[in-house]
Amino acid sequence: MTVGSASNDGRVETDERSVSTYGGRPVRSYHGQPVIKEPVWTWEIPVYLYTGGLAGASAGLAHLAELRGERVLARRAWAVALAANGVSPLLLMADLGRPLRALNMFRMFKVTSPMSVGSWILLANGNATGLAAANAWLGLFPRLAAVAAPAAATLGLSLSTYTAALIANTAVPVWHQARRELPVVFAAGAALSAGAAAMAATPPRHAAAARRLALGGALFELGSKEVMQRRLGELGEPYRHGAPALFGHLSRGCLAVGGLLAAGPARRSRPAAVAAGALLSAGALAARWSVFKAGFASAADPRYVVGPQRAGIERGERRGGARRQARVSQPDPRRGSPATTLA
Amino acid sequence: MSALETIAWPSSYGARAEARRGFFTDTSVCIGCKACEVACKEWNQIPASNQGFTGHSYDNTIDLGANTWRHVAFVEQRLPAGVQDGAAPTHAAARAEAIEAGVQTYQQGDGLRWLMASDVCKHCTDAACLEVCPTGALFRTEFGTVVVQQDVCNGCGYCVPACPFGVLDRREGDGRVWKCTLCYDRLKDDMEPACAQACPTNSIQFGELGELRERAEHRLAQLQAAGQDRAQLYLADEQDGVGGAGAFFLLLDEPEAYGLPPDPVDTRRDLGEIWAATGVAALALGAGLLAAVFGGRR
Repeated sequence: MTVGSASNDGRVETDERSVSTYGGRPVRSYHGQPVIKEPVWTWEIPVYLYTGGLAGASAGLAHLAELRGERVLARRAWAVALAANGVSPLLLMADLGRPLRALNMFRMFKVTSPMSVGSWILLANGNATGLAAANAWLGLFPRLAAVAAPAAATLGLSLSTYTAALIANTAVPVWHQARRELPVVFAAGAALSAGAAAMAATPPRHAAAARRLALGGALFELGSKEVMQRRLGELGEPYRHGAPALFGHLSRGCLAVGGLLAAGPARRSRPAAVAAGALLSAGALAARWSVFKAGFASAADPRYVVGPQRAGIERGERRGGARRQARVSQPDPRRGSPATTLA
Repeated sequence: MSALETIAWPSSYGARAEARRGFFTDTSVCIGCKACEVACKEWNQIPASNQGFTGHSYDNTIDLGANTWRHVAFVEQRLPAGVQDGAAPTHAAARAEAIEAGVQTYQQGDGLRWLMASDVCKHCTDAACLEVCPTGALFRTEFGTVVVQQDVCNGCGYCVPACPFGVLDRREGDGRVWKCTLCYDRLKDDMEPACAQACPTNSIQFGELGELRERAEHRLAQLQAAGQDRAQLYLADEQDGVGGAGAFFLLLDEPEAYGLPPDPVDTRRDLGEIWAATGVAALALGAGLLAAVFGGRR
């Protein structure tokens, strides 16, 4: 490999002289241009990754707390679930290129599109949560709520995790290659979010379950995200630089301090509980943002797109998209010539 | 199931199904004139996209996107010394050093090879964009091509990162996703797509996909016999990660040299695994909630 002359933007011009490597081998690219497109999604989406998980897991927490007879906690958790369910569709609409066409999401139901599945889950969960919350707070619709509450709790589990399926089901390397780990990370994040919000919203003596949920969620969130990043190997590098790393540090910091508060003073002091809840929520949100940004970074760099694909071909695990052997041994020059028009 | 068959074509069209149409882009005869880019813009009335001066050879179009449905790539390569023009290896090496040092520029005989290739939407047999589209705006036509219905698309943007080739994008100020339609309107009137008609060297060949694939095999064999040992067919087989494509290519180097992914995969192939992992995670969350609520004092 020779050293190339750099163009004025600093990139080496001739593609034969690669600037980056993957798995120790040079990665070739077209003028360093990205191969796939970065998502067009803006800030609403990472916020929704948080609020969706919050809505889903809060419904579960609320219903189970109700079953155990913890009315105070249940009511607060239903309120949180309803608020998060209310904000979520607004965020999703705002991110659409044509927000007024939001209802087109319900033209069909497609299992091959986690976004389609998720739209229906969000719709159903939102309605069920509304009924359950109306019952918990105002005593309305007792019969409907008897069905709606468990429905919201169950649907909430899928609402909390389908977003991982959504982003994993793309060509974005750090999302697609983490397809087995991402749902666990998001499930842990949802538990953390619901526990943290309920802890902040509930008087400490009624919030023991919320604290347990938040602390358990935080531990699993930290652990599973770390495992995910390590399993990605070299492909996990986007998590170690720039914005994804920054949000990762921010998340860990918030979770550490918030976790200490939640385990200690938040058990007695309401202000401490609010502070712990806020920090843990910020930690959950920052973790979602880290995953979101890492996806962009990996899509933008041909190294992470071409590198693993070429490595798979070289290891003989994949045949790739190209073939050098012709399927005819004796070429017919008449048929092989571009000058021949098709009959 | 024939090699050309897709999930929705021809089955959902019955008697109205047409032969599957496609492009065979033979890059070995592309001269980089960009007539395809211009013809495409003109016919489809695509907004201008002045992207400035890139310094990447003659390519100022950069990539495919909402406003670029044909994109001609320009790759300048210095071949191993003396291969192309029979120059003496020592001479070529000395010249290469001078060029790299910036003392001299490329001249005829320096073994510079110029690759040009007109890229386009691949109209994959297994099209991730179509499968992830939640509104059904993306659909499979009776010609087996993949088209966005602009009156349905709500600009959710899911197809954008789903496409393994980075073809689709949202149009600024419009909010919807746009891409090559393989001139659906012209096909309906028995005309060939604008780019293919404008191509002066027949580098872009339009026709029935089965026929195109057959002639591509002859062309590949011909080029290989002529010593172009890096010549390769790209996306011409149903065994690849997208089940083969409606628009396939004859390349003179590895796909990544042209900005194409060497092993593109339709994400739906892993969707079973994704849904399974999601189900497990949902159950784990349920278990966690139960443990938190019932697993301690009130």
